[in-house]
Amino acid sequence: MTLPLAGSGIFIDAIEFVIDNAGLLADKTVEHLELSGATIGVALLVAIPLGVTLGHLHRGSFVAINVGNIGRALPSLALLAFGLPIFGITFTNVLVALTVLAVPPMLTNAYTAVAGVEPDAVEAARGMGMSPFQVLTRVELPLALPLIFAGIRTSSVYVVATATIAAIAGGGGLGDIIVNQASYRVAGVVGAALCVCALAFAVDGIFAAVQRVVTPRGLRKTVPGLEPDLAPR
Amino acid sequence: MTTDKPGEPVIPDFGQGSPCVRENRAFCWDWVGDHWRDILLPRLVEHAELTAIAVGIGFAIAFAAALAAYRYGWFEQPFGVFSAFVYTIPSLALFQLLVPFTGLTWTTVEIALVGYTLLILFRNIVAGLRATPPDVLEAARGMGLTRAQTLVRVELPLALPAIVAGVRIATVTTISLATVAAFVLPDGLGQPILDGLRTNFNTKFIAAGALAVALALVADASLVLVERLVTPWSRVRRAPL
Repeated sequence: MTLPLAGSGIFIDAIEFVIDNAGLLADKTVEHLELSGATIGVALLVAIPLGVTLGHLHRGSFVAINVGNIGRALPSLALLAFGLPIFGITFTNVLVALTVLAVPPMLTNAYTAVAGVEPDAVEAARGMGMSPFQVLTRVELPLALPLIFAGIRTSSVYVVATATIAAIAGGGGLGDIIVNQASYRVAGVVGAALCVCALAFAVDGIFAAVQRVVTPRGLRKTVPGLEPDLAPR
Repeated sequence: MTTDKPGEPVIPDFGQGSPCVRENRAFCWDWVGDHWRDILLPRLVEHAELTAIAVGIGFAIAFAAALAAYRYGWFEQPFGVFSAFVYTIPSLALFQLLVPFTGLTWTTVEIALVGYTLLILFRNIVAGLRATPPDVLEAARGMGLTRAQTLVRVELPLALPAIVAGVRIATVTTISLATVAAFVLPDGLGQPILDGLRTNFNTKFIAAGALAVALALVADASLVLVERLVTPWSRVRRAPL
């Protein structure tokens, strides 16, 4: 019996490519993870303190929420392009562009998470004589952690995915193979695409596990209303 | 790329563009004017078409799935998991993985774009339907409405704001994603962006990129307007007593 889909033969070639070029793909994957890791690190430093502080003070909801909406409207490809006249084809350009894309989901989620903590719980903590800082670290943060991590997870998967496109602006990584069909043929492009997919799912899985670990036991069963803000993609 | 400095002899027939274009300055308005009709406008229209088709088809699928999930609870998880799975696949990779099957065509791009709208739309429609207050449902039953009548006359109108919110996010996301389609398709605003990047011509990718952002903002604003029109009662509620 012939395969119903004529294109599926290419996947056999692609898997052969992956096996034959395991070394190259490993190098590119490391590059990919370095770029993604650096971006996520910078974005964390910017977004989480800002989002948590705004959420704790219940201030700036307009900014925190609209940053997410604006971030969604920025096409990743365009953003990579905008930085080029300023930074040139450099690691910095890609890092800046990816960070701008990574911050909004983290910020919006961190804000929503902390600002959305049950007012009764905060009230009770205050009634027990906790200082504002204690309220933040002992009540608000533990309750908000699952949603904060949901934002970090969404953002990280998005960064890993977008780092692929960054190859066009000199970002390196697995995208180098995907955008270079002339050198790597269709088999290479499809093989690298499969690797990027695997990487995205692996990152998603790891952060899902972390998210489960940081969820306080009392919240583990049902976390109503804790849908993370989706990444802009 | 060679950059000729002003005052030095220029290679004959280097180009017919303005000095700004030849020197590849940050942004050349004259290029935008010259190529609005043959490059920018057609790509903008294609981009809007790509987006409209994707959101249209995506909405039809997600709406049907959401109704099924609302009526038969067991259906929610499988479809939710499936759409989340698709959503996790990096866009450039998904486009490339579809090419062996459907070629360098609009079909390839639309399959991927539709796939990305599903999670957002499905989640919002289901959440909107679920949010119907129980006493409103009670009242509808008390008035003798059938299940179908309750859905059409009570639950769907009440869910409209959540549904429109989902359509807004899906539309803006699709506009952003459709630029990546340029890697497999010479249509849409991604094409001039990618071309400008590859030939290192600032004006081209900045103009096309700005148009993509503008399209997203205009589409978002128009959908807010549509929401106001289709939910006149929400305006009444907000009016001062």
